[in-house]
Amino acid sequence: MKLTALFASAAMVLGLATGAVAQDKTKIGFVYVGPVGDGGWTYEHDQARQAVVAEFGDKVETVFVESVPEGPDSERVMTQMALNGADLIFTTSFGYMDSTINVAKKFPNVKFEHATGYKTAPNVSVYSARFYEGRAVQGHIAGRMTKSNIVGYIGSYPIPEVIRGINSAYIHAKKVNPDVQFKIVWAYTWFDPAKEADAAKVLIEQGADVILQHTDSTAPQAAAKAAGNVITFGQASDMSEYAPSPRVSSIIDNWAPYYIARTQAVMDGTWESVNTWDGIGAGMVGIGEISDAVPAEIKAEALALKDSIAAGDYHPFTGPIRKQDGSAWLAEGEVADDGTLAGMNFYVEGIEGDIPN
Amino acid sequence: MDLSSINPVLLIASLMVAATPILLAAIGELVVEKAGVLNLGVEGMMITGAICGFAIAVETGSPWLGFGGAAIGGAALSLLFVLLTQVALANQVASGLALTLFGLGLSALLGQRYVGIKPPPTPRLDIPLLGDLPVVGPILFGHDLILYLGIALIAAVWAALKYSRAGLILRAVGESHDAAHALGYKVVRIRILAILFGGACAGLGGAYISLVRVPQWTEGMTAGVGWIALALVVFASWKPWRVLLGAYLFGGITVLQLNLQAAGVAIPVEYLAMSPYLITILVLVILSKDKSRAPASLGKIFHASH
Repeated sequence: MKLTALFASAAMVLGLATGAVAQDKTKIGFVYVGPVGDGGWTYEHDQARQAVVAEFGDKVETVFVESVPEGPDSERVMTQMALNGADLIFTTSFGYMDSTINVAKKFPNVKFEHATGYKTAPNVSVYSARFYEGRAVQGHIAGRMTKSNIVGYIGSYPIPEVIRGINSAYIHAKKVNPDVQFKIVWAYTWFDPAKEADAAKVLIEQGADVILQHTDSTAPQAAAKAAGNVITFGQASDMSEYAPSPRVSSIIDNWAPYYIARTQAVMDGTWESVNTWDGIGAGMVGIGEISDAVPAEIKAEALALKDSIAAGDYHPFTGPIRKQDGSAWLAEGEVADDGTLAGMNFYVEGIEGDIPN
Repeated sequence: MDLSSINPVLLIASLMVAATPILLAAIGELVVEKAGVLNLGVEGMMITGAICGFAIAVETGSPWLGFGGAAIGGAALSLLFVLLTQVALANQVASGLALTLFGLGLSALLGQRYVGIKPPPTPRLDIPLLGDLPVVGPILFGHDLILYLGIALIAAVWAALKYSRAGLILRAVGESHDAAHALGYKVVRIRILAILFGGACAGLGGAYISLVRVPQWTEGMTAGVGWIALALVVFASWKPWRVLLGAYLFGGITVLQLNLQAAGVAIPVEYLAMSPYLITILVLVILSKDKSRAPASLGKIFHASH
């Protein structure tokens, strides 16, 4: 009994001691949906975390928990981080949205940053990248490169972010190749290499020679490589280990500048709830090097498209665009507003199939 | 909707590949459970096998050495379970869960140097005449050896449990370890062998994912297959051929639903996505109406002094 009491008080003293030391440091928590070694989405978030550590050194302390399921488990993880004294918590998946809002209510002094969501609160910011700008470039290359005119698309969940990507890729593929057809498979997972590989194989078996993916692992790249004569694009991360073929280009998420800026804001006490949505121009979305497997002419077109998007001269959703059911959406020259894009729940004209509810 | 774009031959050939990891892990777990031990660490042993097999295949350039290493790796991890449950007499459920968590962490650590590397290809069986047959060729003769090994293991386990003396003793240990002990059988030793066999099978199943089905190494790449294998053993009423049926059903419907989606069939995707789980459970539950039950000593701790 005495011994345990001794241990307990020793632990308390230790706890107080570390608490006192930790007070100078800004403590930042990261909640990841996949493992840091996924080679895609979570990998890039963790690269940005390391950039924060490199930038601030001893002034920050970061903690992360990987492979946190979306749902009640994530709420538990966030609560634990907040209880352990985190000043700022990045929750890096769409499915953490409601959990983030719930936990933020309980800890008004802790700042939260939720990726790709749309619900904000006084202590909850949202941030996302305009991945659809990168999808436009991919769609262009896909439309020009496909010989079978079938493009396979591995979707994760039918949420606006993914649907935006499909629409943007389709519009730009169709522009350069009127015969192009999209085959879309919903994997209902962000990360399951075996399932992603299966989905890629199925699409290839059904004639697709271009695979676009909105899931996080490199498994579809491996499946495409095994099949041969199929091109793919790196998703979230460069996935350059599959270059020059099958991976011919990629969308790279670059969160580091944002994470560093937000950490600085917390340190300075200037943190405010904001809604950030940056694209190629601001550097949040990067286009990975277009490999030699793409003919120089197509590469030049793709880069020109990228530059015009980056400069703000061209918006990937510029009318005339109709919805899938044929009703008008954007008139000639009209540009989609962010509100519609953020909640996009319809396919554009020409895409076959229904969006799952 | 365009069903003609689905090629049934390719579909069957790829469902066999999709089913093999589950099948290998499940047949191993079946033997373990038949010996009266509940090892919930299948997922952990699979992922350990996946990285051990991948690393050894990459380092040596031989997929066969890789599969051998995967079996040894899976069995080595199950040795930890042996220590906990057979020597230290710890709770099997808790030990199994711990084994899964440990295996996931250990594999992530071992695999750090292997992200983004391509493994040596596993050669397919290449029989000159048979492999060129129109429909039967790709389905029956166009796979790698491990896939056939999986089917052979099912047959071997079935025959051994049903006809051999060793199988009878194993079942006796699983049904009543006290009676088996009274008859002079080495309960603990038999169980240790069964657990090692289960570990080796799970390791093979994991390596099949990292070397054949995907093929690459990614952290956490088994993504719950081990748990499906565990459930399959129960729903298959501890019968080897039903494990095969269940694994093929599950693998088959998983691949089929992706095919249907890509072909644009007008069934809501939500139903398609849940169909592998639903149909597999349904079929096996209907089959198991014949009063089959779990081994009586399943999950109970044995100590010779009792």
